[in-house]
Amino acid sequence: MKNILIIGASSAIAQATARIWAKQQAAFFLVGRDRAKLERLAQDLLVRGASKAEIGVVDFLSIAEHQGAISRACESLGNLDIALLAHGSLTDQARGEQNNQYAVEELTLNFSTAVSFLTLVASRMSAQKQGAIAVIGSVAGDRGRSSNYFYGAAKAGLAAFTQGLRQRLSKENVHVLLIKPGFVDTPMTSEFKKGFLWASPDQVAKDIDNAITKKKNTLYTPWFWAWIMLIIQHIPEPIFKKLKL
Amino acid sequence: MKISGWGRFPTTDAKLITPVDLNAWKKSLQDKGEIISRGLGRSYGDSANASLVLQSDYLDHYINFDVEQGILRCEAGLSLHQILNCIIPKGWFLPVTPGSGYVTIGGAVASDVHGKNHHISGAFGDHVLSIELLLGSGEVLVVSRSQFPELFHATCGGMGLTGVILSVALKLKAIKSSNICQTTIKVKNLEEILHQFDVNQASTYSVAWIDCLAKGAQLGRSILMLGEHATESELLLAEPKKLAVPVEMPSTLLNTYSISAFNALYYARAKNAIHQSEVSYMNYFYPLDGLRNWNRLYGKRGFVQYQFVLPKASGYKGMRDILERISNAGKGSFLAVLKGFGPQNSNHLSFPLEGYTLALDFKAEQSTFDLIKTLDPLVVGYGGRMYLAKDALMSQETFKKGYPRWMEFEEIRNKYHALGKFASSQSRRLGLA
Repeated sequence: MKNILIIGASSAIAQATARIWAKQQAAFFLVGRDRAKLERLAQDLLVRGASKAEIGVVDFLSIAEHQGAISRACESLGNLDIALLAHGSLTDQARGEQNNQYAVEELTLNFSTAVSFLTLVASRMSAQKQGAIAVIGSVAGDRGRSSNYFYGAAKAGLAAFTQGLRQRLSKENVHVLLIKPGFVDTPMTSEFKKGFLWASPDQVAKDIDNAITKKKNTLYTPWFWAWIMLIIQHIPEPIFKKLKL
Repeated sequence: MKISGWGRFPTTDAKLITPVDLNAWKKSLQDKGEIISRGLGRSYGDSANASLVLQSDYLDHYINFDVEQGILRCEAGLSLHQILNCIIPKGWFLPVTPGSGYVTIGGAVASDVHGKNHHISGAFGDHVLSIELLLGSGEVLVVSRSQFPELFHATCGGMGLTGVILSVALKLKAIKSSNICQTTIKVKNLEEILHQFDVNQASTYSVAWIDCLAKGAQLGRSILMLGEHATESELLLAEPKKLAVPVEMPSTLLNTYSISAFNALYYARAKNAIHQSEVSYMNYFYPLDGLRNWNRLYGKRGFVQYQFVLPKASGYKGMRDILERISNAGKGSFLAVLKGFGPQNSNHLSFPLEGYTLALDFKAEQSTFDLIKTLDPLVVGYGGRMYLAKDALMSQETFKKGYPRWMEFEEIRNKYHALGKFASSQSRRLGLA
C-alpha cells in the first residue's frame, strides 16, 4: 500500500494516474485549488479501491500556503512514497505577448510554485531516505517555439531544476522522474483539433506508473515523442527560426 | 462534424462539447438551438444526434458504493463494463444489462434498457433509486419514486429529453460467481419457441437467436439460450476479446445468400436438442463486445436495427405475419433476436410491454426502408411498438400510436423547462416539441 501526494490532483493526467494507484489500494492526499473538484475525485478514488483519500485546498500562487499543505499531507499519510506534481496552466501565448503581467503570473504558476513544492517535498523525502518524485513537464520545454514559448520556458526551467534535484537526491535514495507528455486529450486542450499524435490521459497514466516502478529519469509519453523531439532539437537554428511551429 | 449512432445511419452535422464539470454543463445549456446529451453513442439511430451534442466523457466519477447493501451511486458517463469491473469483485452484478457493456449508465437509464431477464426483473429503470437531473433552467433536481415522481418516470426511458442525467443511484444484484450456467435448446419453429418462453418463465435469463430467412414449416426455427448465475465458481473479471473489424466492409458481403448460409450453419452447429455449459458473464451477455466496430460489417451506408414488441395476445399471429413478410422480402439479418417480455412499467416512453420482442439488423438501403414502411403499421396494428433506442425511421404517426402517453410526457417536459432546450433529430422526427 503506497502513500501518495498529488499536487494539482484534478488535472486529467493526475486523475488518470491516481485511478491506477487506487486499484492498488493506495492512500492519497490530494492538493488542488477547487474544493468541489477535489472532493469529487476523492470519492471516486475511494470507490475504485483507495484506502484513504484526503484533500488540501490551496491557492497555488500564495506560496505561504504551500508549507501548510505539505505538513497536512505528511500528518495524514506519514511517510510519502510518491509525490506527483501535476498542477499548471496552458499559457495563452498571444495574451502573454501582449500582457507582461499575465506572462509573469503564468511563469510563476508553471515554474516558481512548482519549485516551491518540490523544495518542500525534497526535504521531506531526503529525511525519509526513500521515495519517488514525479514531475509533469512537457515536450514544449525541449525547444522554445513561437507558438508556446511562455509555457515552454517554464517547463524548460522545470526540467533543469528537476535534473539538479535528481542528482542531489540520488544520494538519498530518492528517485526523481521528469514526465514529458506530448499532445494529450484533456480539458486543458479541448480547443485543439485532435489528430493521430494525440494520446489519452489513460495511456499517459500507464506510462507514468511504469516509469516510476522502473525508476526512469525522463519519460516521453507516448514513446514516439522522444524521436520527434530528437529531430526538433537538432534542426539548426538558422532553419528553425524560419519554420512555423 | 458529422455524427451518427451505432448503425452509422443517419448522420447529422453537430457541434460537440465535452463539459468538464457541473459549471461547464450549465454554461453549455445557455447555447441556443437543440441540445442532446450523448454517452458512448450506442443507440442505433438518431436518438443522440442534434445540432449541439454534449458528451458525458468527463462524467466518469464514482460517488459511493455501499458494498453491504449493494447500492452504487456514480456519474452518468461510466460504462457498464467499467461498473462491472468495480462491482463484480465485491459480489455484485447489474440488475439488468443490455447486450453491450459499451453503453453508459446514463444512456441505460435514458433508454430504459432491458435485458435477458425482463420477464422477471423488468427494465433498467426499475432498479434505479434516484437520478440527479440537470434541467433546462440550469437547476439540478434529485428525482426518484418519492421526489418528483412524474419527472423520474419521464426521465427513465425519456431519451435524454427531460434534462441531462448527471448521476444515478442503482440497486445491484448479489452474485456468488461471475459465471453463467447456460442451457441451449434447439427449437423447430415459431409456435414452439413462443411456447418455450412461457414454459421457461422461471429461468432467470432467456433469449433466442432466430433464423429469419427460414420459410414454411421451419419459419421461426431458433436456438433458445437460458441462463442462471452460477453459485460455485469464483468472482472473476473478464476482458472482452480484442478482435476488430478494421475497415468498412463492402456492403455486398452481407446478402441473402451469405446470411442464409450463416444461419443454416449456426442452426446446424447446435447438434443436440439440449446442451448445458458454464460460461463467463462476458460470453453470455456481451458476445459482440469482443468484435470491435462490428457495425462496419454493413459497409459505408450503415444499417438500421428494427426492434418491435407485440402484446402476448396477438404475439403468435403477429410475429408469424411479420416474419413471413421479412422472409419473403429476402431481407436477411445476421442478428435476429427474440425475447419474451414481462409486464410494462410506469415510465412514459419505456419500450417493453408484456409479450414478445424481435430485433433485426438490415442494411440501410431503399428496399429496407420500403419493407419497414410496410411493417410499421402492422406492428402498431397488432398493438405493439418500436424501440426508440434502435429507431431511425419511424414516422410521427407510428410513434404516437405506439406510445400513447407521449402527451403526458410532453406536459412534464413543459413543466420542467425541457421544451425548446432538449431535442434530438429523433425527437423532431417523432413530432415532440
